Amino acid sequence: MRFLLQRLAFYLFTVWAAITINFFLPRLIPGDPVRSLIARYQGQLSTDAIDSLYVLFGLDQERSLWGQYVDYWAQLLRGDLGLSFTFFPTPVSDVIGNALPWTVALVGITTLVSFALGTGLGVLAGWRRGSWLDGLLPVTTFLSSIPYFWLGLVAIALLTGPGSFFPSSGGYEPGLVPAFDTIFLGSALQHSLLPAATILVSSMSGWVLSMRNMMVTVAAEDYITVAHAKGLGERRVALHYAARNALLPNISGFALSLGFIVGGTLLVEIVFSYPGLGFQLFQAVGAKDYPLLQGIFLIITVSVLVANLLADLAYLALDPRTRKEG
Amino acid sequence: MAVPAGTVDAATPAGPATVGTGVRHRPGRRLPLLRNRKAMTGLITLGFFAVVAVIGPWLAPYDPGRRSADLLQPPSGQHWFGTTHLGQDIFSQVLVGTRGVLLVGFTAGIVATLLAVVVGVTAGHLGGVADESLSVLSNVFLVIPALPLIIIVSAAIPESGDLTIALLIGLTSWAWGARVLRAQTLSLRRRDFVEAARATGESTWRIIAFEVLPNLTAVISSGFIGTVIFAVMSQITLAFIGISSISPWNWGTILYWAQSQQALAQGAWWWFVPAGLAIALLGTALALVNFGIDELVSPRLRTSGSGPIRTPDGRTVRMRTGFTPVLAPAQPQSRQPRRQRRRPTTARRPSRE
Repeated sequence: MRFLLQRLAFYLFTVWAAITINFFLPRLIPGDPVRSLIARYQGQLSTDAIDSLYVLFGLDQERSLWGQYVDYWAQLLRGDLGLSFTFFPTPVSDVIGNALPWTVALVGITTLVSFALGTGLGVLAGWRRGSWLDGLLPVTTFLSSIPYFWLGLVAIALLTGPGSFFPSSGGYEPGLVPAFDTIFLGSALQHSLLPAATILVSSMSGWVLSMRNMMVTVAAEDYITVAHAKGLGERRVALHYAARNALLPNISGFALSLGFIVGGTLLVEIVFSYPGLGFQLFQAVGAKDYPLLQGIFLIITVSVLVANLLADLAYLALDPRTRKEG
Repeated sequence: MAVPAGTVDAATPAGPATVGTGVRHRPGRRLPLLRNRKAMTGLITLGFFAVVAVIGPWLAPYDPGRRSADLLQPPSGQHWFGTTHLGQDIFSQVLVGTRGVLLVGFTAGIVATLLAVVVGVTAGHLGGVADESLSVLSNVFLVIPALPLIIIVSAAIPESGDLTIALLIGLTSWAWGARVLRAQTLSLRRRDFVEAARATGESTWRIIAFEVLPNLTAVISSGFIGTVIFAVMSQITLAFIGISSISPWNWGTILYWAQSQQALAQGAWWWFVPAGLAIALLGTALALVNFGIDELVSPRLRTSGSGPIRTPDGRTVRMRTGFTPVLAPAQPQSRQPRRQRRRPTTARRPSRE
């Protein structure tokens, strides 16, 4: 229990840090890109919207920094992230709300699958060291050195085209209305296959390697020798003795590297024009849509933290030592 | 001139490796890293890129930005990697771009490694409140997604050149190294030689510099290479999505233009394949060096020598992990007759003889 509380406190602290970074960054932007954007939409912006943008970007010079900070928090807690310029006049929170499910479905599921598959292969490769599986290692190294987005480009060039099963862009068939029916879900699934495969191929190899190395290290421990000496079956020793212990560092590694992974996978969305957060981020960069940029950063950070918390819970379930301490 | 400095750094370890094998007796004696096949392959590839980074602009057959009448030509004798929509030579762009990639990669790596060493070793060695707060700091940097953070920061900076990007990447990517170093330092702190140094009244900083740091060399260098990989990827990514300034050539810029000019739709595969392969090759080379270091530090990870082994009496045995291969019976009996006779119970294979 104490472990969990500690982690919770840490995540709350991190959220605070991320929000504070988000508060100060726009105040470092020299010049007034936001002011000029506001000026461009002058006639169409309501006074409320202008106020919220002033708070977000610190354009209100008369208030003290502390006052601005308090205003900023108050606005965030109301869920107001300002208006997006690219999708004017949609609020940023709506834009993100539309994009988030796509990213969670694509990135979330493929990351989990890649971790599970990679760990499984790593267990095999580590246990049967010196077998043909070791020949896979250079291949996985090469694959993990390829940027995700480039692999996506190659996949599009090779596998899509007229008459191909795989669509080259988008999240669903143009013309379909998003709804929970079989036609739409089927189309969405078909569109996500190629991006998912891209992420899988390039992210899996990292897990294979780290799990293999952990297995090799664990396999030399005394308790493995004892398990063998007791005459336990090969399978049982491999899975219940070696893999179970080798998994723990891999899970905490998984939690900590989620931030890196999510950053990489967002780019796959860009290449495939997949309607998720990564693609929105790309459009926001191109259009200098600062409110959207800030909002997306905040949401990505919070989602990564939530995922981290879940990984911690998994760790708690797998490692009895963490439960004992409390 | 920081350009050659960064790249020469990369070249020096490879130098004696490529030349030295024939000249000197055994370079592996002094530098065990060079005996490792993976590390050698990586270092040679890395050296190749370093050379290209230094002399690439002179090698390039064309000015990478110059337009010509050969629009969107596939690879040919005249243009090895084909041309862009403006008739620019892609081979020249890749050659010229190498410098920027290595420069940013190694600068960011150095910045991040310095920070990681300072934060990690201090936290691990001092313990207490300093450790707690430094650990929280590095964990915060670890869980905040680095790439989106770099993107919003560089979007806030109006004109971001190579150096800004390198600093930005360095400042956001030190946390992993710091974490690993802290853990290593913690385990070193209680070792006998450190305790002994403390007992003889050495100052804390002397212990850190002369007792702890030398034992962390492998971890530090593998962290450095890891960061360089990350930095190269991030920089190329930033250039690809068009966030860093696109005027100096690097591999990401090539991909940016390929993507924005619809190279895929026009079937111009030669536009993005060379740059991507170069990235993958550089990344693989760095990763191989890292494997070499890892295997040096923990010999268990070595793949060689653990395949099926033939015992003297003709059986093939696959060594299971966790068991040390015992090949003692291969020794001629006459060499150690006394020992055998004196302690027959310890003989390993008594039944056959």
